Amino acid sequence: MGKIKFIIPCDEANHVCDKTQYKDATLWEKVKLNIHLIYCRACREYTKNNSKLTKTIKKADVECLSTSTKADMKKEFEKVLNEVSN
Amino acid sequence: MPDHKINPNKWIDLYSDYLFNYTITRVNDREIAQDLVQETFFAGLKSMKNFKGEASERTWLISILKRKIIDHYRKINSNKGKAEVRINYNDAESEGDWLEERVSDPFDKTAEDTLQNNELGDAIYNCLGKLPEKQAEVFKMKTILNYETEVICNELNITASNLWVIIHRARTAMADCLKTNWF
Repeated sequence: MGKIKFIIPCDEANHVCDKTQYKDATLWEKVKLNIHLIYCRACREYTKNNSKLTKTIKKADVECLSTSTKADMKKEFEKVLNEVSN
Repeated sequence: MPDHKINPNKWIDLYSDYLFNYTITRVNDREIAQDLVQETFFAGLKSMKNFKGEASERTWLISILKRKIIDHYRKINSNKGKAEVRINYNDAESEGDWLEERVSDPFDKTAEDTLQNNELGDAIYNCLGKLPEKQAEVFKMKTILNYETEVICNELNITASNLWVIIHRARTAMADCLKTNWF
């Protein structure tokens, strides 16, 4: 039988946990994360805080400018900035 | 002695999202919010010599923005008629239904919720302001704008593993920063 890796190190567990926050983790990765969490207190703590962060940001409903809008804004701003500094 | 310096070259990178979020929670319209933020930056440029360095740049810009928001509401209110609430019924059938319509919607956000959300949003932006610029940028693109990993990597010219390292650092710092007051 080929060796299937069930055990992952902490840094990988945290990485999967980060991906889970954006729904980017695969099912198999999540299984491995959960096996890791059974015996690792530090990663349990990280996972807890990480999920709280996700929930908090969702609840706050914060907004920001899209990258393209910001670029447009910069262009306009630079025009005025040049006028002012001349 | 002035404690704070002014450097408009960095304004958009450092403050535009914060100002935008501040505005949109108060005017509820993306386009108007964008315009108000842009106007704030222009007004800031024009009155740069009045900056005394007593407050931080961000505080100073917010004070300009607040005036812009008030002006905005003043303007729409002076367009008489538009600000009035009108209930017109054209047919006899719906005429009697008005009482039910005035009952408050239980699924609507209460004023208190909105207020708390504003504060929470401000807290999040305060914490974002403490992150290194790059971390804040990547974190916002991934978490608030919900861009795909690929899109961000192309835009910023970084690899996916770079991105996840940055996200990890940003998330750890954000959780730490918000933990004291909000978790």
